[in-house]
Formats: sequence, structure tokens, C-alpha cells
Amino acid sequence: MTLVRAAPIATVAVLVLPVAAGLAGTLLPAFDYLPAIGGHTLGLDAWRRLIDYPGFGSSLRLTLTVGLVTPLVALALAVCVAAWACERRAWKRFTMAVTPLLATPHSAMAIGLAFLLAPSGWIARAVSPWLTGWEVPPDVGTVNDPHGVALAIGLLVKEVPYLVLMIAGAQEQVRVRESLAMARTLGYDRVTAWVKVILPQIYPQIRLPVLAVLVFSLSVVDVALILGPGNPPPLAVLAVRWFADVDIAFYFPGAAAAVLVALIAAFAVAAWRALEGGVARFGERWIARGGRTGMTPGAAAAASMAAGLLALGVAALAGMALWSVATQWRFPHAWPDGIGLAGWARRVGELAAPTLTTLGVGVAATLVALALVVGCLEGEVRNRGRGALPPGLLYLPLLVPQIAFLFGAQVLLVRTGIDGTFGAVILAHLVFVLPYLYLSLADPWRALDPRFARAAAALGAGPVRVLWRIKLPLLRRPVLIACAVGFAVSVGQYLATLFAGNGRVATLTTEAVTLASGADRRVIGAYATAQAILPWLAFAAAVLVPSRRRGDA
Amino acid sequence: MRRGATRRAWRAVGLALRAGMLAALVAIAPGVRAQAQVPAWSDVLAKARGQTVNFNAWAGDEKTNAFLQWVAAEVDKRHGVKVNHVKLKDTSEAVTRVVAEKAAGRTSGGSVDLVWINGPNFLALKEQGLLHGPFSQRLPNYVRVDTIGIRSNVIDFTLPVDGMASPWRRAQIVFVYDGKRVPTPPRSVRELAAWAQRNPGRLTHPSVRNFLGVTFLKQALYELAPDPAVLQAPATDANFAAVTAPLWAWYDALKPSLWRKGAQFPDNGPAQRQLMNDGEIDLMISFNPAEAAVAIEAGLLPSSVRTVVFERGTIGNTSFVAIPFNAANKEGALVVANFLLDPAVQAHAQDIRQMGNFTVLDMTKLTPAERKRFDDLPRPPALPTHAELGVTLLEPHPSWMTRMAGEWEKRYTR
Repeated sequence: MTLVRAAPIATVAVLVLPVAAGLAGTLLPAFDYLPAIGGHTLGLDAWRRLIDYPGFGSSLRLTLTVGLVTPLVALALAVCVAAWACERRAWKRFTMAVTPLLATPHSAMAIGLAFLLAPSGWIARAVSPWLTGWEVPPDVGTVNDPHGVALAIGLLVKEVPYLVLMIAGAQEQVRVRESLAMARTLGYDRVTAWVKVILPQIYPQIRLPVLAVLVFSLSVVDVALILGPGNPPPLAVLAVRWFADVDIAFYFPGAAAAVLVALIAAFAVAAWRALEGGVARFGERWIARGGRTGMTPGAAAAASMAAGLLALGVAALAGMALWSVATQWRFPHAWPDGIGLAGWARRVGELAAPTLTTLGVGVAATLVALALVVGCLEGEVRNRGRGALPPGLLYLPLLVPQIAFLFGAQVLLVRTGIDGTFGAVILAHLVFVLPYLYLSLADPWRALDPRFARAAAALGAGPVRVLWRIKLPLLRRPVLIACAVGFAVSVGQYLATLFAGNGRVATLTTEAVTLASGADRRVIGAYATAQAILPWLAFAAAVLVPSRRRGDA
Repeated sequence: MRRGATRRAWRAVGLALRAGMLAALVAIAPGVRAQAQVPAWSDVLAKARGQTVNFNAWAGDEKTNAFLQWVAAEVDKRHGVKVNHVKLKDTSEAVTRVVAEKAAGRTSGGSVDLVWINGPNFLALKEQGLLHGPFSQRLPNYVRVDTIGIRSNVIDFTLPVDGMASPWRRAQIVFVYDGKRVPTPPRSVRELAAWAQRNPGRLTHPSVRNFLGVTFLKQALYELAPDPAVLQAPATDANFAAVTAPLWAWYDALKPSLWRKGAQFPDNGPAQRQLMNDGEIDLMISFNPAEAAVAIEAGLLPSSVRTVVFERGTIGNTSFVAIPFNAANKEGALVVANFLLDPAVQAHAQDIRQMGNFTVLDMTKLTPAERKRFDDLPRPPALPTHAELGVTLLEPHPSWMTRMAGEWEKRYTR
């Protein structure tokens, strides 16, 4: 099967080429070189202009604080949740509950949070004026605040569930029950046992997801546009703003800002790795000292904070759903003044085109990614485990800030003349869909008992027939779930759609982010709701498809 | 050798010049024919049929988006031209795209067919020769445009339009206030600052990176500058500081009284309106005299809001559509530009239940039946009359706007 031989090469190409070529394409203009717009000599002018920007210092500080503090908090909360909830019933429920939140695009969540947290938002409305005495909203910046607190909350709502699920996945590779039982017979309470015994075992497996969260927090654009400050914004938003400036000369400092984000991310990853060593040495001594109790209250507090974040996320989405059916909803009313479906009826036509585009791009990117991933995994299994893609490679597009390579990649797309086409957008989405789909499908695929395939082969079935008639049916549910993951990733893409689509391919996400800057909240509500529903439907379909009964094949 | 090379070079230049002259003649010819003869337009209509026009237009206002959707449906029905509204967060995105295509050597088959434009964006494209035209005189409906009474239809931000863009709607600064909370609204920028100091946190303006935000500063500059006449010429290093000094003094005094103490600003006009609807502010600048009436009608502002105009007049301008030099569907773009000037379409646009934008047409050039469409439009109390709108001030040269935005960023970005 040629697919099996071609798939790893194509996969590596999809993961590496856009990132490498894109980085080069951003690096050159950052050093003043881009002949097409008059940059003929290398120089440092772009950097000078970036540093001379009046808000540069604040922008840098904001990027660093939000980008470094958020992942630390997210990891701490996720670890506490896992330590506190492990082996409790709540654990299963929590991991189930976070899946829909995780599937929801960042921007839809951010849009909902913006309304929830604003001084005139839902929370304030719920307690005004009877409790607060506010007849008009107070003049305090609870969203778009200069310190990026709202931005950090917006990131945490998505990052904590993500890390919790990653921890849940990693735990399945470790003998959790036995280890904990052993520790508890030695007198450790449950939380301490988890932190001292399980965490060191699983950390290597969640390292890459943690680093991906770190890089994402340092370079996020869509959430920062909606929840972050604007004067000045974080560096990544500044870069996007300058790329789109009417004065083409801003291209150069924009590229410099993008490169700076990449440099910060690289340093942050290196520093994190260095810190890991220190923490490990300190941790060894701490574990050896043998304290057996005392962590439960802290973990419980953190777990309730995480539950609070979860509640914020749910309320944010509910608020947007409510707005989409509201006729009118003014401060300080806790509920809409009227409810009706007229708004949806009026907007169905408007929503149809971006919904179809989102579906089309998502399904295409997912199917291409699936074919490549199945090809890779088949090759790996047939080579008895050799030729597995290194995890670092899979995480490459997640460990390099999007802004740093998408910009350069766009120049390439323009050069080849396919910018602004569906194909270009599908290709750009593929870069991000592929790793997630691979990571989601690899373990179940490898875990499939090889005797099924061997038995079929012994009965004379060729490898293609074995794949179609034995493996795919047996792995139907993991395959569908992996596809749902891939589709959800595609639906959420903002920057990739914007750059590859050259602004001409409109998905629900690009439309929602555009509208979020000020349109009628009833309209924004409809877009955010539609944006959230699509991935949920994909997951629901994957979960609800009946499993294969015995003897069905 | 060298002499030979030089001679060859000169001959090449001569050939090029002759070819250029020929090209110029060819270029002029269709224009002349278009003005002289009617059939040229039917050629345009014929060629346009089946084209899809990528209409790049700022998409931050739902009413305008809905109007453009209606335009798309109508143009398709009447002329078989499809319109794809390419939604922009900022018009500069389209300018960047055209500039990038020019840089990449794409001189035909460009991705932008029609762009809603004025001010610095129009200046940028026109000065770099990136526009198709002149074309507006070719549009059959252009004869009804008011080119005398509404100077901004032919002079955009002091820049002669020269037929390189076609007007489609008008804007003038007004202030929208909540009549319940503001019994006597301010009528000058000095009164505005005094009001804000008495009511801290209840006034804001859009971010100065947005045209409406910088327009707020321009309006103040008009009233505060020692001699506003200088604003009609480009700002210079020599005069910028002196002319704008009173503005910054005024703004320094105002800023601490602004919403969020002037540390945050809404991204654009609609975001500012959302704040007003949420009860976070009581008074706001608008570039559409009908904004209050339209927004009440759409449930986007409380019914208690009203409109006020400053005593000494406010800045007004015209929105245009222009066609980039490399547009792939020029004929379709012309059809859309012409459609936008149809009196029935202009009346539909002015209807506050639709978009509520004042027309660019000259009422005296319309037939009674066409005029009646305008007379029959609803006139709620939040909609100012023509008389109430008062004096329309011409936009300053775009260089003032660019420099003011830069200066503001320098002074107030921390």
C-alpha cells in the first residue's frame, strides 16, 4: 500500500514545512528584508521601530506576565484537581464535564466570558441593584483590563480542563490504583500520595501538553483580542495589528514583534525545562523527607477554584445562548426582557454560509488528517513499532507560536497564488488538526490486539482488507472520537483561517471574532452558540454511534 | 560598444514612449466614448452578468451588513451580478491586500473588486495609482449626485475625488445622549469637557486607532485650533505642534473624567454604542445623524436617547466605493456602484428601519415620485432634522488625522 509508505513523509512535510518556511518568511522582514515591499537590505530598523513603540514596555510586560503566570496556575490547578479528585466519583464526572468545554472554540468562550465578567455583565446584573445598589454599572475595568487578568481567566477556563484531561490520559499508562494503595498503607493521605507517587511518574507524559499551553499563553491572539487590553495589547496582537496596517511599512515591525514572541516562547520553554530539573531535585528531597499529610485543604481549595472556572465557562456559554434568543436585555435585569426565536429566524440566512464553510473546511481537514494518521500508524504497526513519529515533531506546530510562522506562510501562499482559497485554508488547518488527531488515535491504535490482524491475514486477507474489514470497524469509536477532536480543532482556528484565507474565507470563528469587537450582542450570541454547537455535535455523533456488536462483521 | 549600447537604449526609450502614448490614447478613448454614448453602459451590464463582485466593506455594523445583503440580493435579481461581502474589521485590510498584490505582481485578477473607502485609505490607494478609473461619471445614476451642496461628494478629506470613487452615503458627527440622564446636553467641546468633569466615567470615545475615535479629536481640534483654516492643508512639522497644543491641553483635562479614567477605550463605534446600551456611559459621539433613531428601532439603544449637534457645526464626510486597478470583476463592480446611487436604493438606505444613512443625492434633481420616497420616511424624535444638523465642516487633510493618532499614541499609551 503506497499510502502507508507515503503517509509518514507527507505527515512530516505537513508538520515541518509550513512551520520552517513560515518562520523564515517572518524572520527576513523582521530584519528589514522583503524586496516585494521595498526592503532590500538586512538591518535592524524593524526592531528599532518595535522598541520605539510607545507601549512596547507595557506590551512586553503584559505578554510575559499573562504568558508565564497563566500556565503555572493552570498546571497547579489541574494537578490539585487530579490529586484531590483521583479515585473519587467526582473525577469521572469532572473529566466527562470538561469535554464539551474543551471542544468549544476559544473565541466563543472568550466572547461569553466578556459578557459574564463586564461591570454591566451577567454576574453584576444578577446582584444589582438589590445587593450592590448599582442603578448604573460601576466604572471598573473587569474585562480588557490593563493587567490582563480577564485574559488570564479566559485562558484558564480552557487550559485547566485541557491539562486535567491530559493527566487523565497519562494516568492510564501508570498503575495508579496499586501505587496509591501502597502509599496509603504507608500512612500517606490520598492527596499527598498522589502528588508524591503519581505525579512524578506521569509528568514526563504531560510535559509536551504543558509546554504547548505555555507557548499558547504567550502568543494567543483571538482570546486577547476579546478579553485583553488594547492600549497597548500583548505583543502577538500588536503583530497582527501591524500586519494589517494601511501603512505597509508596519509589516517590518510587525514581523519583528512576531519574531520576538517566538524568541520569548523559545526562552520560556528552555527556562521551564531548566526549572523542571530544579523542581525535581527539590522534590526528591521533599518526598524523601516523608511528610504524609497536610496537603488536602490546599488541594480541595484549588479543586473548588477549578470547579468555579468550570462554572464560569458553562455560564459564559449559557449567557451567549440566552442572548441569541433575547429580544432585549438591559442592565440591571438578571434575565432577558423577552425571549423569542425571531432573531435566529432572521439570521439563518446570514449564518448559513459561514456554517457551511466551517463544516466543509473542518470535514476536509479532518479526513485528510485521518488518512495520513492511519497511514502513519499502520506503517508503524507493520514495522513492529519502529518508525513512530517522535512526539516532539507532532507538537512542533503547537510549540512554535502561530503568529511567528503563519505570517511568513501567507507570503508563500500569495506567491503560489493559492492564498484566499478553500484549499489554502484546509492546508493551514491541517497543520493543527493533524497533531491532535494523531495524539488522540495513536494509543488506541497501538493497543489493538495484533492477533486480530494476524488471524485475518492467516485466512488470506491482504493488508488493505484487514484495515477496512477488521481494524477500522474494531476501532470505530476511537477513530470517530479522534475525528471529532480534529474537527473541533479546525472549527476553533482563527489566525490560520485569517492568514491562509486572506480574509476572504469566512468561518463562524472569524466572523464571531470580527463581530465581538462591538456588534449587537444578540448577533454575537447566535454566532458564538453556533460555533460551540458544531464541535459538540461532532462529539455527540462520535459517542452516540452504536459500538460494533459481536458477530456484526 | 558603449555608444552602440547607448543608442540602443535611447531607441528603446523612444519605442516605449510611443507605446506609452498609444496606450494613453487607447485608455482615453473608451472613457470618451462612455461619456458620449449610452450603449457603453449596456456593454458594462452585459459583461457584468454572471460576475461575482468581492465587495470589501467594514462589517462592524449589523444594519449596514443587512443592507449590503439586501443590495446583493437585488443586484443579483436585477442584473445577474452576485455580490460577496468580504467582511473587514478595518478598511485598511483591503488596502494592504491590494498593495500586497501589487507587490507580488498581480496586475489583473485581483481579489478586491469593490471597496468601501474614504479618507486616508482612499488617499493611500489613489496616490499609489492603485485605483481603476476615473469611472464615476460613467455611472448613469451619477447625474443625480449633489456635487454642489455636498462638497464632500467631490472632495474627500481635502483630496479631489476626480471620479476615482463613487459616493454612496453620507456621515456627519452628532452626539447621542440619554435624555433621561442628561437633561441639557453640551453644545461645544468645552462644554463637553465640563460635563464630563461633573459626570466622571460617563463619557468615552472609540479607540484612536479607529476612524471614529480620531474623529472625536478632529472635532475638538476644529473648535480649539487658533485658526481651523490651516486644517485644509497638509500638517507640517512646523505647524503641527502649535496648532494641536490647545487640543492636548483640553484632552489632558478631560482624560481623567473619561470612562475607565481614559485607560481603556471601546474598539469602535458599535462597541461604544454597546456600552451606552449597557448603561456604562450616557453620552457618545456618532458619525451617523440617524444612529440614535436607527438603534432605538433595532432595540440597540434605550428609547430615551436623543441626538444633539454642536453649535459651531460638526465635521461631515462622504463614504465612497472604489475599484482597485487589478479588480477581476470591474464591470460587476461598476454595476454595484451604480445601483447604490439609484434614488430608490438611496431612500431605502436612509430609512431608519434599514440603515438610516443620509443620502448623497440632490433632492432637486429627483422626479417628484423619487422625492416622495424620501418624504415618506419615518421621522421619530431621536432623528435630527436637516436644520438641526446645522453647519457641516469639511474634513481636515488626512495628514492631520494620521499625525494626531500617532501623537495620541505617543502621549497616552503607557
